[in-house]
Amino acid sequence: MDLLDFARGPALQIGLYVFAFGVAFRLASLLLLPRLKDLSAARKGAPGAVVASGREIIRRMWPQSVYAEATRFTTINGYIFHLGLAIIVFLGTPHILFLKGLIGVSWPGLPTNIINGVAVITFLSLIAALVHRLQSPVLKAISTANDYITWLVTMLPVATGLLAISHLGWRYETLLAVHILSIAVFLIWFPFGKLMHAFLIFLSRGTTGAHLAHRGAQL
Amino acid sequence: MREDKTLAQALESRGVSRRAFLKYASYVATLMALPPSASRVIAEELAKARRQSVIWLSFQECTGCTESITRSMSPTLEDLIFDFISLDYHHTLQAVSGAAAEHARTEAMKANKGKYIVVVDGSVPLKDGGVYSTIAGITNLDMLKETAKDAFAVVSVGTCAAFGGIPHANPNPTGAVAISEIITDKPVVNIPGCPPIPEAMTGTLAYLLSFGKLPELDAKGRPLAFFGETIHDRCYRRPFYERGMFANSFDDEGARKGWCLYKVGCKGPIAYNACATLKWNGGASFPIQSGHGCLGCSEPGFWDKGGFYEPLAAATAKLDIGVGAAAVAGVAAGAAAAELMRRKKSAAVDAANSKKKDG
Ligand code: SF4
Repeated sequence: MDLLDFARGPALQIGLYVFAFGVAFRLASLLLLPRLKDLSAARKGAPGAVVASGREIIRRMWPQSVYAEATRFTTINGYIFHLGLAIIVFLGTPHILFLKGLIGVSWPGLPTNIINGVAVITFLSLIAALVHRLQSPVLKAISTANDYITWLVTMLPVATGLLAISHLGWRYETLLAVHILSIAVFLIWFPFGKLMHAFLIFLSRGTTGAHLAHRGAQL
Repeated sequence: MREDKTLAQALESRGVSRRAFLKYASYVATLMALPPSASRVIAEELAKARRQSVIWLSFQECTGCTESITRSMSPTLEDLIFDFISLDYHHTLQAVSGAAAEHARTEAMKANKGKYIVVVDGSVPLKDGGVYSTIAGITNLDMLKETAKDAFAVVSVGTCAAFGGIPHANPNPTGAVAISEIITDKPVVNIPGCPPIPEAMTGTLAYLLSFGKLPELDAKGRPLAFFGETIHDRCYRRPFYERGMFANSFDDEGARKGWCLYKVGCKGPIAYNACATLKWNGGASFPIQSGHGCLGCSEPGFWDKGGFYEPLAAATAKLDIGVGAAAVAGVAAGAAAAELMRRKKSAAVDAANSKKKDG
């Protein structure tokens, strides 16, 4: 078994097992936590929990005007690399084929050259995110190893994917294997680090929205 | 053909002009990406070369490799060079058989000690003492070791000899291994392919005859001249790959228009071979040109890469029952953790209450 066979097979399989276990564990341990019942009556005119959750999720998609300037870079750059990652993962043909192999459905992809362009932008955006984190005294002070590891495991698939398509460094099959191995690492780290925000962000924003609306906050 | 004739004399007696011979020398030099000056060296050295003793061993194989070489487009100069080598032993091609054939092998070994080349096609079974493939009562393992002992070099022809090939495919019932796993004390050149390209074989032989040494090899023991680039690097369908124009099946519009075959399982991006440039049957075509994706047959383990029609990007890992079980175990562990928290919390509440009562 060569490195590519190992990456496509056992490494990814282990990644999938850990991912499934970890995500289920995190969600179950969080959602099944005992919660105090809110015995207070909802404020007059307060929307229901679902509506309030939805409103809060949408409202938080963009910062409030008072914070707009201070968070401009984080917001715009954040959108750039999140959208970039989504385009690469869900519209790059090799990735669609990868997902089809797992879930059985596929959809049309974008031309390779466009995906390559998006990958370069995403790469630069991730670099900018790290530089910003290191240059901002506040961000730097509140950053932990979790943040840096999360950045690294996100960056690695992008960087190795770019190397693989441009045939830079090692031979293509080695680069492809390293790229797939980086996905396996990503999957393993996902539930236990900050990548879990992909599952938790809307849950926490929605819960906050429902809670605040119940108490009469205008969302 | 007289044994003491040089190649130049042999070719001359076959009516091959010096001009044609020089052309062939520069063809080999180009083929092997050698500098222009090398073509003169090849011409001079090849012309002086005397018959090279070759012992050809066929082990666990399908005879496709021999077929490929002997039935390549003829008559070509490569064929004549192939004729020129002294094929002292070859199961499929030799007229004699049985004890006489074995005698020819041992005689050739004795007469050309340290100078002969051993060409092997087929893998060697090791399981159960190697009983799964024997010749004249001798296991392949013993015959290989004995024959290669005094050889100048060993050339593994075909993927079975080079990497184990089909006999080595999962579950490998005979314990088949590649030649290079057995012969570790002498140079082994791998010319894989199922079958290998004839020019890769004769080109390597021509190089050996001209320079008396092995050509430059890659990490898998393959001559870089023929295995230095992937099929994808030189594929004429590559522009379609870049533009994202793929055949989705073998009979859709994309297939008819000759678009890229990546989605229908082409392994060209990881297959190092010269099919896209040298092609087959005198340069007529190669699998991708005929509408079928590359199987990656010149790569180790090509039979076990998750299916010929599975795209390279698809993982061989699956969302199997194990993934479901892992999720269920995760929920159970999560529920246990939450329950633990609940108990901790109610214990703390109880403790606080009893403190209050006591107070
Ligand atoms: S047909 Fe195969 S080798 Fe040719 S461009 Fe497509 S993937 Fe590459």
